[in-house]
Amino acid sequence: MEEYPDDRRYTEEHEWIQSENGQQGGVQAVVGITDHAQCALGDIVFVELPAIGSDLHQGEAFGTVESVKSVSDLYAPASGRVVAINAALNEHPEYVNEDPYGRGWMVRIELTAPAELDRLLDAGAYERLVSGS
Amino acid sequence: MSLPDAKEPLLHEISVPGRRAYRLPPMDVPIAEAVSDLLPGVALRQEAPQLPECSELQVVRHFTRLSRLNFAIDTGFYPLGSCTMKYNPKVDDEIANLPGLRDVHPYAPADCVQGALAVLWQLERALCTLAGMDAFSLQPAAGAHGELAGMFICAAYHKSRGEPHRTRVVVPDSAHGTNPASAAMAGFDVVEVPSDHRGNVDLHQLRSVCDERLAAVMLTNPNTLGLWEEQMEEVSRAVHGCGGLLYYDGANANAIVGRVRPGDMGFDICHLNLHKTFSTPHGMGGPGAGPVGVARHLTPFLPSPRVQRVDSPGEATARYVLTSTPESIGRVRAFYGNFAVLVRALAYIRTHGGDGLAEVSGHAVLAANYLLALLREDLPPAIDRQPMHEFVADGTALARHGSLRAIDLCKALLDRGFHAPTMYFPLIVKEALMIEPTETEPREVLEAFAAAVREIVVTSTGADAPGSFPTETPIRRMDEVNAARHPVLRWNTTT
Amino acid sequence: MPSYLPHTPEDIAVMLRRIGVSSMDDLFKDVPAALRHASAPDVGAGLDEQTLVREFTALGDANLAAGLCCFAGGGVYDRYLPAAQRALLGRGEFLTAYTPYQPEVSQGTLQMTFEFQSMIAELMALPVATAGLYDGSTAVAEAALLSRAATRRPVVAISGALHPEYGGVLATYALPRGVDIVSLPLTMGRTDPEQIRDTLDGRPVACVIVQQPNFFGLVEDVERILAERPDGSLGVVVADPATLGVLEAPGRLGADLVVGEAQDVGLPLSFGGPYLGYMAAQPALLHRLPGRICGLGTDRGGQRGFVLTLQGREQHIRRARATSNICTNQAFCALAVSIYLALAGPQGLAELGEICLRRAHYLASELSRLPGVCLTFPDQPFFAEFSLHLPRSARTVQEALRSRGYLVGPVLGDFFPGMERDILVAVTERRQRDELDGLVAALEEVLALVSA
Repeated sequence: MEEYPDDRRYTEEHEWIQSENGQQGGVQAVVGITDHAQCALGDIVFVELPAIGSDLHQGEAFGTVESVKSVSDLYAPASGRVVAINAALNEHPEYVNEDPYGRGWMVRIELTAPAELDRLLDAGAYERLVSGS
Repeated sequence: MSLPDAKEPLLHEISVPGRRAYRLPPMDVPIAEAVSDLLPGVALRQEAPQLPECSELQVVRHFTRLSRLNFAIDTGFYPLGSCTMKYNPKVDDEIANLPGLRDVHPYAPADCVQGALAVLWQLERALCTLAGMDAFSLQPAAGAHGELAGMFICAAYHKSRGEPHRTRVVVPDSAHGTNPASAAMAGFDVVEVPSDHRGNVDLHQLRSVCDERLAAVMLTNPNTLGLWEEQMEEVSRAVHGCGGLLYYDGANANAIVGRVRPGDMGFDICHLNLHKTFSTPHGMGGPGAGPVGVARHLTPFLPSPRVQRVDSPGEATARYVLTSTPESIGRVRAFYGNFAVLVRALAYIRTHGGDGLAEVSGHAVLAANYLLALLREDLPPAIDRQPMHEFVADGTALARHGSLRAIDLCKALLDRGFHAPTMYFPLIVKEALMIEPTETEPREVLEAFAAAVREIVVTSTGADAPGSFPTETPIRRMDEVNAARHPVLRWNTTT
Repeated sequence: MPSYLPHTPEDIAVMLRRIGVSSMDDLFKDVPAALRHASAPDVGAGLDEQTLVREFTALGDANLAAGLCCFAGGGVYDRYLPAAQRALLGRGEFLTAYTPYQPEVSQGTLQMTFEFQSMIAELMALPVATAGLYDGSTAVAEAALLSRAATRRPVVAISGALHPEYGGVLATYALPRGVDIVSLPLTMGRTDPEQIRDTLDGRPVACVIVQQPNFFGLVEDVERILAERPDGSLGVVVADPATLGVLEAPGRLGADLVVGEAQDVGLPLSFGGPYLGYMAAQPALLHRLPGRICGLGTDRGGQRGFVLTLQGREQHIRRARATSNICTNQAFCALAVSIYLALAGPQGLAELGEICLRRAHYLASELSRLPGVCLTFPDQPFFAEFSLHLPRSARTVQEALRSRGYLVGPVLGDFFPGMERDILVAVTERRQRDELDGLVAALEEVLALVSA
């Protein structure tokens, strides 16, 4: 049974984003891929993430996830600067399969336009999207 | 099948310090000085590389045993679609190893390599005749390398005409992965167009991208579905009408060699995979050769150097010289190409002659159509048209018989002594099985293969674990996920 | 005409009937008649096997170079290839297999590839090596494109003593990608470490590429050159594997990436190919490497096995965004090199390097005694190849030596204007003392004749 926690937003390209308050008043958010995405991709063997300090733009590709026979782009759910990446995925890409909303997170970004999140799907809308109803 | 057990140790694992195989001739010059005195100030190797230390017999036995773990054309039927695994004539290997053709240094002056230059010139002329092109460069080392050279030529051509804004290269969604990769490597933006219901490139979609941004359209014909592109003339008109170039991926030229020429179809640039069409051994993945040919308006842009023949009045024999043009894109590799492969290809062409080559392509198409006729009940074609040299079956039909998938059929074939077809390509066909029998397989082999497919399909009906095949091979299915997640890519003391 | 086609007229009739067509021509009905040849193309009449062999033997006989005593170099060397290697290379199970797409029936290819990667990585003292590239020149071009992608910087700095044909290939590959190539200045034929900073000052440099030994045969101070490179750029060494039993491994001198040509550890001259490009790297670059890589793993029965891995980099999966377009590679050449290195072993490789080095130094010193002859770069360290400065046109001397049975070259004026009197001379383990002395005598005679 695939899960879609309602404490975050989703994209039509199957990323999730969860905002949290940053240190100096800015808004930071964590990004990953959804349970549905990891199921569809199968066993993930490599995650390519951007360098810390690089700028992401909403809707643009910022990295890739690879399974044995496929490669998929990761699209930024919102614009911002990368402040952290999940380096553990280098050694343990399987975290994305095992725990997509937790240990399988990918990047933390400092949002430049937090209002962009309002345009994303909520859990219910995303679930409807992937269930095709 | 009767392949041996795969428990062959690594050479490093049987290595014994001090053991050795190869002995060098004695040191016959003065050794008064130490090596460090001959190389003052130079960093010398402090720690010897840990190469294996084995006796000659151990090395011979090791590689002989490894060879026996391989499936090869010389051992069995290898219907790997798109790869053209036909018989590689042994005499061509022998010719490539003639001392006069093998022991030739590429920097020897032209007058003492006239035989080698004659080989290059003769091969270039033969390829021009067979492909309907004005000139070829023999430098590219493989099909993909030929594509890359062709894309460089395309860029140079548009630039020379003051049209650097032609930045897009169009490929069908059925194309080999090398097509978009080569175009991108040459700096182009890649645009993919879909195929239509008959397996042709979708003409309407193609026309929509034929504009002032188009640099080239890359096509394979017959395409990767093994089908003739039925709208070749319209495609050519659309591409040329907007100032673009038409590129021929010769991966499937073995279906038409001696009968139809890419140049006559309207192609401006064309590469030929000599290891496929002209049957040089594939060597576990190479070396091959991918000469790139062009129509007359592109000849000056070809990689240099090329060989020219000079006939002087009063001289009995022609001379061959190396030349280059100022417009040339330059070199795409050092020296002149994979010469020993080029020699084999020329020998193959000389063996067959024009009639023989036409017979080769005819029989390749005959074999593919016959095998399809035998198989179609179990493996219906993805698109039901008469194929050329290969066909793509729709493996989803296998699911009629329980849970059998394309990959399971492939693995079960390995158990029965056949190599598997190409699977999961082209990408536009679900559960694709691409089958290329080639012209050199006897009829009874094709029939035995079809019978094996039948038997697998029948015996798998209701079987609960077709995923367990193969069981008779040296190893069983690999855990590819773990191999990729935790890559071990070389021996070390802890392997 | 020999035919490799098995079908008898009866076979053909049975097959056509089963297909449901009446003639071979019907099989080509999709092809418009206007495109179909009325008659076969004129590429000569087919030949029987004996006539074919005769024809090609005659072509070989026209290659006078094959009979010469070979002191030619320039990145290609005339090595002795042991009989055991030749025997193993005759095995059709290697020669007529293809890319190991089905690992269950390709363990021979895959284990060989793994062993090749192991030996190359060990020679270069780097953690990772690939299954190989076309040749040394394309390996250099791939290294430059890789560096550009990894650093996102557009400038590639190459030693002025990089093999000029490698530089040429790099230029071809670089042009449409907007890569700027900067040549690093030489002092006495070697890359000058002291001029690197000034030359590259402030430029966005992706990598510094230095060849060891360089095109003139001189040994570079690789460690210092790489230490002088701009921060954040990659250090790329183009190494000759045959020297690495004697010279320090590039991986221990600061190289991030080592590429080059493996012809001289197991492949015949073959007029320039097929040869073998290799690539070894630091693990941080693993997912950017071009071409095939073989990994060790286990099958579902728990048995050790080998399989192509990390394929997400490659064209058949990543298509337009692949790290390279390479598909068909040079696997059989990798087998030849693996067998050669296994036969040589560490001791053999060290002895190979030393014998070439000592003979080359002996020859250089004997040749330098001749009137008007000297090393182009005297007092510079060289390995087994050197540039000789002659009192007159090197081309003329090359031709005169050739008529006396000796092949030297290439003439450096072919690549470097102003060096028309300089020529490369290379010494391999095949050139024994009598041949060294013979070359000296021949050159003495040639120069005496010319000056008389």
